[in-house]
Amino acid sequence: MATDFMELQPAALPANIRSHRFRVNRVQWLQTAETLKRRNARLLTLWGTDDRDRDGGFRIYAAYLLPEMVMVVEHFMDDSPLPSYPSLAGLYPAALRMQRGMTDLFGIATDEADSRGWLRHGGWPQTLFPLRRDFDGSRQYPAVSAPYAFVSVEGDGVHEIAVGPVHAGTIEPGHFRFSVVGEKVLRLEESFGYTHKGVAKLFESASQQEGHRLAARVSGDSAVAFSWAYCAALESITETACPARALALRALALEQERLANHLGDLGALGNDGGFAFGLTQFSRLKEDLLRTNIKAFGARYLMDYVVPGGVAVDLTADARGLLLDLYDALEPALTQMRCIYDEHAGLQDRFRETGRLEQATAETLGAIGLVARASGIACDLRVDHPWAPYDSLSPKLTVQAGGDVAARVQVRFDEILESLRLCRVLLSAVPQDGIRSAVPMANPGALGIGLVEGWRGPVMLALETGPNGSIRRCHAHDPSWQNWPLVEYAVLGNIVPDFPLINKSFNLSYSGQDG
Amino acid sequence: MWNTLSRMLQTGVLTEPLPAAGQTAPDLETMQTELLEIVGRALCIRHVDAGSCNGCELEIQALNNPYYNLEGAGIKFVASPRHADLLLVTGPVSVNMEEALQRTYNAMPDPKFVVAVGDCGGCGGVFGTSYASRGGVANVIPVNYTVTGCPPSPAAIISGILRTVRPRSSRA
Repeated sequence: MATDFMELQPAALPANIRSHRFRVNRVQWLQTAETLKRRNARLLTLWGTDDRDRDGGFRIYAAYLLPEMVMVVEHFMDDSPLPSYPSLAGLYPAALRMQRGMTDLFGIATDEADSRGWLRHGGWPQTLFPLRRDFDGSRQYPAVSAPYAFVSVEGDGVHEIAVGPVHAGTIEPGHFRFSVVGEKVLRLEESFGYTHKGVAKLFESASQQEGHRLAARVSGDSAVAFSWAYCAALESITETACPARALALRALALEQERLANHLGDLGALGNDGGFAFGLTQFSRLKEDLLRTNIKAFGARYLMDYVVPGGVAVDLTADARGLLLDLYDALEPALTQMRCIYDEHAGLQDRFRETGRLEQATAETLGAIGLVARASGIACDLRVDHPWAPYDSLSPKLTVQAGGDVAARVQVRFDEILESLRLCRVLLSAVPQDGIRSAVPMANPGALGIGLVEGWRGPVMLALETGPNGSIRRCHAHDPSWQNWPLVEYAVLGNIVPDFPLINKSFNLSYSGQDG
Repeated sequence: MWNTLSRMLQTGVLTEPLPAAGQTAPDLETMQTELLEIVGRALCIRHVDAGSCNGCELEIQALNNPYYNLEGAGIKFVASPRHADLLLVTGPVSVNMEEALQRTYNAMPDPKFVVAVGDCGGCGGVFGTSYASRGGVANVIPVNYTVTGCPPSPAAIISGILRTVRPRSSRA
């Protein structure tokens, strides 16, 4: 008998987007997931906590995105040699890697058959779990080689190509194992965790007032999204109202981040499609934007711009003018480049039908963000759950049905144009109040959520406070967790030389998922 | 095609002079002569991300945009450590990347240089040293020069590369 989660006692959760928290038992853990799946809820993230010091057990949390709210489901497990909970991967395949990561870090397991490690490669003993509270995070262990058990594909003419962790370009490390026949990809299996830096453990020794600096560095290309999500969680817990000016500037910074990354990706995609001119042009436009960032926000990349209570640097009238000049130069350049890309037969031949992710596959596997929008799924937190100041901007949703590299290129073009519009609206009437409010120390044991639509998709951060302004637990989630497994599907049947192009069209974060 | 040509003409040549390695800025010709004396050809760089947040990668990628045009100055990025004179390493060295970094370094022919990029490459940055991080690059392989910043600007990275390879006499 399925339990309707609405019968459970919901409690409002501090967050920048309407959120509720439900406590469930072991049976209800799976039942709520089933009910939510039927309601087309998306899995946002999973995280665990070690609460043995408080009430003698562990907790597991799952956050789901519904059209009307975010639902956080919480399940308590008694302390035992290996606490376990029912796997959600049958309903939400994206949960699998998150659960495996949690087993590595917490020593809490599921009933899932795939029990291979995900984030632990042999760098610390298998009997020790870094996110348990009695684990000394500063201690170092000698690395022991622990080869990953890839699934092998057998048959006439099948061979394997191993790529990584060190790649041939200036990109992040990860391992890809291709099983191919001739040039055709039969199977791709990813193995990640190479950039695992123990961010979650570090949060436990950071103060509430400085946690945003660490959050910004979970994935450097999404620094504004992560630091805003952190600050939104902290501000929700402490009921701090940010000045309207600070919120407008945060949105401006977030859109600049989206613009910078989309411009960079469009150039790289042209280059990977054999059209170096595209890289030259777009990398120039991106550089123009970054140089304007120095004058407007004080840095090329806004690692420490969003701070608790507001932003670090005020926007001057001169900087406002420079930004508007930038947008005036960007827009015609972009329109012209879009025309060049669209009409370039060689480039379109590489883009179209390549790396296709069907909408049904994307739905089943739980795609989110930009990748989902390029496979016909309408989802964007800025549109569906607008938080301030997006609630007054009416952002336009971009959707492309194709699901191929060409569609992911078009989504980027559309989103750049929409971001330019949003930036101009934001600059047309920047509120004149301050740029920062004081954030009081939060009460211990409070849980808050921050959710921001970064350029890749929803960035979610769950913050639990400790005593005296400390952080008890902070879980930062990058949308790459959900979308990386989709790359394994998108390359099926494609040729190996198209992999860099397909991979770039997703452009997912290694650091964001490794943590 | 007309659009492409017209865009090229509108853009023109944007390449800027190289930032100074020391107190005196080398002109392109001097620098290329020096590079030829040291490595006998274009300087080849291999980049390894040893666990960074990917911020430094963005700035390293910018080195080849039309403004910095590093390849135009005779410094190019190569795909194999076997072809590299200089290793550009970003990030605190994660425990999971320690072996890969060591093996990349060992695969390079002598003489070789190592430049650690970013605050993390220098000392571990916000990630420091932990169960998952060995801290700065120098804790794992020998480092010739460190470019600080979070992330360091492309100009700072170029200066760091030039300072590393230029003969000691001409260093600031």
